[in-house]
Amino acid sequence: MDKSNIIIEVSKIFNEVLDRDDIVLNESTTANDIEEWDSLAHIHLVVAIERYFKIRFTSKEIQSWDNLGELVDSIQKKL
Amino acid sequence: MPKMKVAVLGDTATQFLGEMIRAVAYERVLNIEIWESGYNQIETQIAVSNSELYAYKPDIIVLFFATHKLLHRYNTLSPSQYHTLAESEHDRIIKLVENIKANISAKIILYNFYEINDAVFGSYGLKTESAFIFQWHKLNFELMKTASLRNDLFLCDIDNLQRRAGNRVFFQPAVYLNSDMVFSIDVLPEVAAKTVDIIAAINGAIKKCVILDLDNTIWGGIIGEDGIENIQIGTLGIGKAFTEFQYWLKKLKNRGIVLAVCSKNDEQIARAPFEKHPDMILKMEDIAVFVANWNNKAENIKHIKNILNIGFDAMVFIDDSIFERGMIRELLPEVTVPELPEDPADYIGYLSELNLFETCSFSEEDMQRTLQYKIEAQRKINQQSFASEEEYLKNLDMVSVVETFSKYNIPRVAQLTQRSNQFNLRTVRYTDADIEKIAFSDAYLSFAFNLKDKFGDNGLISVVILKKDKEDSLFIDTWLMSCRVLKRGMEQFILNTLVMFAQENTYAYLKGEYIPTLKNDMVKDLYKNLGFEKKENYWILDVEKYKKLECFINRK
Repeated sequence: MDKSNIIIEVSKIFNEVLDRDDIVLNESTTANDIEEWDSLAHIHLVVAIERYFKIRFTSKEIQSWDNLGELVDSIQKKL
Repeated sequence: MPKMKVAVLGDTATQFLGEMIRAVAYERVLNIEIWESGYNQIETQIAVSNSELYAYKPDIIVLFFATHKLLHRYNTLSPSQYHTLAESEHDRIIKLVENIKANISAKIILYNFYEINDAVFGSYGLKTESAFIFQWHKLNFELMKTASLRNDLFLCDIDNLQRRAGNRVFFQPAVYLNSDMVFSIDVLPEVAAKTVDIIAAINGAIKKCVILDLDNTIWGGIIGEDGIENIQIGTLGIGKAFTEFQYWLKKLKNRGIVLAVCSKNDEQIARAPFEKHPDMILKMEDIAVFVANWNNKAENIKHIKNILNIGFDAMVFIDDSIFERGMIRELLPEVTVPELPEDPADYIGYLSELNLFETCSFSEEDMQRTLQYKIEAQRKINQQSFASEEEYLKNLDMVSVVETFSKYNIPRVAQLTQRSNQFNLRTVRYTDADIEKIAFSDAYLSFAFNLKDKFGDNGLISVVILKKDKEDSLFIDTWLMSCRVLKRGMEQFILNTLVMFAQENTYAYLKGEYIPTLKNDMVKDLYKNLGFEKKENYWILDVEKYKKLECFINRK
């Protein structure tokens, strides 16, 4: 799956978990850009993404992302 | 139902847990509110007497100490101290419990410790006192011993959930590392459910009766077709599965769950195995109500309900037939109707996982319950042969023993406050500890009523707690009665007793209150019917003007 397709799928997950319908993600999106994206929501998102793509992140990965692009890189590596 | 305030405290991140408990409670239509302390605030919230925890005044406190943190403390001990972990942790936790009790009278639900096996000693750790696994076992056991002596402390069996789920589902180490959340998202609903089971039981939502189908449910085969010598029980065919299932049911009965039979059969044929089959574990004396006929089962269950006088929501219906299960779910939605696995070998495992029989008390009297209901069923049949109700009541030779609360009846009194829903004027739930306080308090007067008649002893069946209201008036804080003894004139007898007490101690008024719940409609007009007068939200009885009510119960 290429990066842009992953971002589309991840956007859907974000909208569902954060109970919104207007989130459009891009590679440079960070938690500062989305009000609901706090530390608790982050865990929700991680688990939801893991489940959707049937992957598991390592603890290091969960700590390492500075923006959405890096998260998507982690996903892509595992697919 | 009054709202229950639940506080959740943990030494790890508990946000999702609190949220999940709220969701599960909502699903079960329990009226609860959740308060969560900030992260890892157990010690401060409990130690400081003006903390947010105490200001919140919870009815229930859920305490969750994670084994991860326990292991961490073990790891930081000097090796010569390893063997002291269980004892010092036990004492630390119990001190916290005592500290809570010194501040408020909330009930405490403590999670037991799930297992982490560091395998440093392999299996040899089980016989090495200084091994973590040894200390972990010991700590859980010591907590069980302490909890068994305290009626304000309930253990929630998280360890059992872990075994069921398996470590790979139970934990998510990467999430733990990043968020300090111990439980994986997948297992949270089950942790919450197990917690809510206890909250619900404390709140009085407990199962009291199991209604059993017979053919292919408690024995293999169809008695009407195969005949008594060919049903599978004991060594015949897959009889072993049914024998074990019957042992399980018998244990429930011995614990105080009433067993009833509801079967589509001819009664004589259906009874035969209970009376004659040598391998049957359940006998006629274990069954409180035996219904075997060709009517539809919903009608029969209504009949069983009338005899036992308990709510549909206190009943569990077990039947191997999809048709019957579906019909009861449709027609009597309050009755709990579990699925039943295809293979009888799976019955017990499946049903025990549902944890249907949570409770928050256990007394000697529980073991006698089936017998009492059987006697009651007999009374009902007997009643039909008397011309008038009066005639019948006179004939019962009823005698009531009236006692104050004492260490002998406190568990039963507390249990009645937890279980009684219908004849209960204010539905205040008390634990053993609460009742003990009331028993020794000058502000309260306590009455426990027993009732005997020619058919047998009903035991302790009614409780009244009077609170000194003003100098000349007594407030009826609690008045409840077991529904087994309705329509016997017990209400009249009790009020006569209370009024006599008031007169002897120069009180002028009794003050009653009716707090409606979904289930206590039957006592809506009790005070009115007994001659109380309504004043604002209360019912007042002028003791002076009282005329003794007629009843056929003698005081012993």
